[in-house]
Amino acid sequence: MDRLDQLESQSIFIFREAFNRIENIAMLWSLGKDSNVMIWLARKAFFGHVPFPVMHVDTEKKFPEMYAFRDRYAKEWGLNFIRELCPPIEEIDDTLPPAARSAARKTAGLKKAIEKYKFNALFAGIRRDEEATRAKERVFSPRGATGQWDFRDQPPEFWDQFKTDFPPGTHIRVHPLLHWTEVDIWLYTLREQIPTIPLYFAKDGKRYRSLGDQDITSPVPSTATTIEEIIEELRTTRVAERSGRAMDHEAEDAFERLRADGYL
Amino acid sequence: MPEASEAKVKLAAVNNNPASTRDLLRIVIVGHVDHGKSTLVGRMFHDTGSLPDGKYEAIKAVCEKRGVPFEWAFLMDALQAERDQGITIDTSQIWFKTDARDYTIIDAPGHKEFLKNMITGAAQSDAALLIIDAAEGVREQSRRHGYLLHLLGIRQVAVAVNKMDLIGYEKEQFDLIEQEYRDYLASIGVTPTFVIPVSAREGDNIVNQTGAMPWYKGPTVVRALDSFMPNASPVDRPLRFPVQDVYKFDQRRILAGRIEEGRIAVGDEIVFSPSNKTARVQSIEAWSAIPGKPLPQEGAAGESVGITLDEQIFVERGELISHVQHAPIETDVFRARIFWLGHEPMMKGKSYRIKLGTMEAPVTVQSIESIIDTSDLSNTSSHQVERNQVAEVVLRSRRMLALDEFNTAPKTGRFVLIDKYDIAGGGIISMEGYANQRDLITARSTNITRVEHGITTEARAFRNGHKGGVLWFTGLSGAGKSTVAVALEKKLFEKGFNVFVLDGDNVRHGLNANLSFSPEDRAENIRRVGEVSALFARAGMIAITSFISPYRSDRDRARAAMNGGDFHEIYVKADVATCEARDPKGLYKKARAGEIKDFTGISAPYEEPENAELVLDTSALSVDESVEKLVNYVEMKFKV
Repeated sequence: MDRLDQLESQSIFIFREAFNRIENIAMLWSLGKDSNVMIWLARKAFFGHVPFPVMHVDTEKKFPEMYAFRDRYAKEWGLNFIRELCPPIEEIDDTLPPAARSAARKTAGLKKAIEKYKFNALFAGIRRDEEATRAKERVFSPRGATGQWDFRDQPPEFWDQFKTDFPPGTHIRVHPLLHWTEVDIWLYTLREQIPTIPLYFAKDGKRYRSLGDQDITSPVPSTATTIEEIIEELRTTRVAERSGRAMDHEAEDAFERLRADGYL
Repeated sequence: MPEASEAKVKLAAVNNNPASTRDLLRIVIVGHVDHGKSTLVGRMFHDTGSLPDGKYEAIKAVCEKRGVPFEWAFLMDALQAERDQGITIDTSQIWFKTDARDYTIIDAPGHKEFLKNMITGAAQSDAALLIIDAAEGVREQSRRHGYLLHLLGIRQVAVAVNKMDLIGYEKEQFDLIEQEYRDYLASIGVTPTFVIPVSAREGDNIVNQTGAMPWYKGPTVVRALDSFMPNASPVDRPLRFPVQDVYKFDQRRILAGRIEEGRIAVGDEIVFSPSNKTARVQSIEAWSAIPGKPLPQEGAAGESVGITLDEQIFVERGELISHVQHAPIETDVFRARIFWLGHEPMMKGKSYRIKLGTMEAPVTVQSIESIIDTSDLSNTSSHQVERNQVAEVVLRSRRMLALDEFNTAPKTGRFVLIDKYDIAGGGIISMEGYANQRDLITARSTNITRVEHGITTEARAFRNGHKGGVLWFTGLSGAGKSTVAVALEKKLFEKGFNVFVLDGDNVRHGLNANLSFSPEDRAENIRRVGEVSALFARAGMIAITSFISPYRSDRDRARAAMNGGDFHEIYVKADVATCEARDPKGLYKKARAGEIKDFTGISAPYEEPENAELVLDTSALSVDESVEKLVNYVEMKFKV
């Protein structure tokens, strides 16, 4: 088994564990490269099926290419697709810096959707190498009744024994891609020929490394027009993946605060 | 610090083929709090040029804002609470690469409070780097972490003796620390690959040999890491494939799971434990985006697969698939070395849920054999195991469990314990002193049909004047089982009962002459006596058995052989000291002298009955008094 085989096998194991242990689970689909890999892995885990709803919490501010991608593959992949809208920005805490406030809107939309469908758990495609507080995450990560993350007292997790028992009212985030890196995602996308949104490829000397809302995501300088070139670029770059995501950088603890409150 | 950048080693060359994957090794950094783990990681990143642009400046800015000197720990201590308190709370991961390969560096907190986080980090690693402060020397967590690495199954360990600059790069002091720590590791069976003198702050021997310690001829930390090997999947060991789930999404009924050890192929005859059902592998299922891609014919350790069977047998999550020849152990009792992480202490007699592979079952703490002090490896006894302690315990389950010893099959020889909702501890399994019960519960005869007797149990009891049944004596050697049994037999015979004593030494002369004193044969010995006494009872007699029968599982099996008939467990009770003083056969003396191994009460466990029908305390009762008590009991229970 090479490294991609190992990563794939571990993700499949996590999917199957969560699907068996937790009733009423759904997957979050952000339409980005990671969550596309995540859907692909679910199809592998369940032999061509995705046996739970796949939900897009829509800020309605994504790029048109992302919406086109979503509408096409929700059908092609036979997904049980759900779209949920985020509340208007006016309803969000106005003491937050602008980009963080915008991101918090997504958290609010997420909480609303969880309440509506009574999901006990959500698969989310975050990775440890994206950001320093995500690096401290668990694969099965319990959240409080209002979605908050108690990062000070996380459950032990070892030998692939995850925390799968919860008092009523707990919500769980399951992270099948936690152990993947950005390069791994592209290597796997290349190997498996997973469809990719064109925004990731360079146009006029710039490309998006990470996709979010249009107004708070900016492209990075790049000449990579193929996945091979992206991989080559990533292997030598010294620019952080989320450098184009404004909300991470407004304050030292901006992202931690977002995450503690339930942001992915 | 940026001045050191001219000493940067070259970034790993990019492979010509971008689609190729690089090897990955996961290293955990452990050690006592404040011995410099985070600083070492920071230095390693800086000197290999692995920091993202602006990261160094960002950390510098954070430190200036807080009015503290530059602190590498902020690279991984991302949480505000960690930065405020200056300690690592939770484990974290960070990535870097050398020419040789990619690395995931796992930082594990050194503070005792956060042991659960240290274990969470360490358990994911292929190898470990243990940091010791040269000025402080070997401390409590240095030893505890070394011990836990071993318990977690991490066999590749390097030691970095840090802050050498604080002791003037003195070889003598380094030698003393190296010797002390090597001695400790040797006592738990660990040999460190390298012990390296370093200064993380000054950058000595991390990536570069700076000339500060010309007396040190070994590799730098980074070169030492490059010498470690990723953990290979155990493909050449006997098959272990825990059933994770059973899917019926379409016409296929797929058993899904990850192969933990060994290989499985289409056509293999497999057995499910503990149900002991067998079947053949019909297909190995896989989904591919490419239509018409042929299905695999084989799967191997590390792969998450799915199989279908040639016949529809009922199996579910938790069963362990193996080949028939190398099946796992089946037992309802085993020994374990555990580390406890629960908020509440582990209590003797309390029940927890065990998770072993994909199996879950309730278990009870039968005994806490000892608490192990990881500093000096001394043992103490206790009725409870506190948070962060390591202990040797015996666990019992109500039903049969399929498992392995950790030393032979680590993935199926380890488990976690759940207290209410939480993982409260982990442990590794040893069967020392306990029998594999697989053979005892495996029926090998087929095509057998029971013949109905023409005489009813009631008719026999009516003719004899009493019912048939079993008086099962259990107790330590020297407790008085045989003496009381023989006297009771005589008394009951005189009173007109049909009665017969089955005695340990006697049956080993005939019926059980082919059995040794191994745990498995001891269990078989008791199984046969249980079956024979059941036959006596069915024939209308009262069978009195006189066997130490130290294991609850064995006695319960004898009771089960009676199929709900009259089975009376008689606990002939006397403590070890009393029995040893009596020592009618001189066995205790031999056991103390080491001439008899695994002697019950001395070097092997005696599991006291929990619900004996009658307890005879022979340290208080004379033989006559004991017999009288039993005669009354028998007359009350057996007369018709």
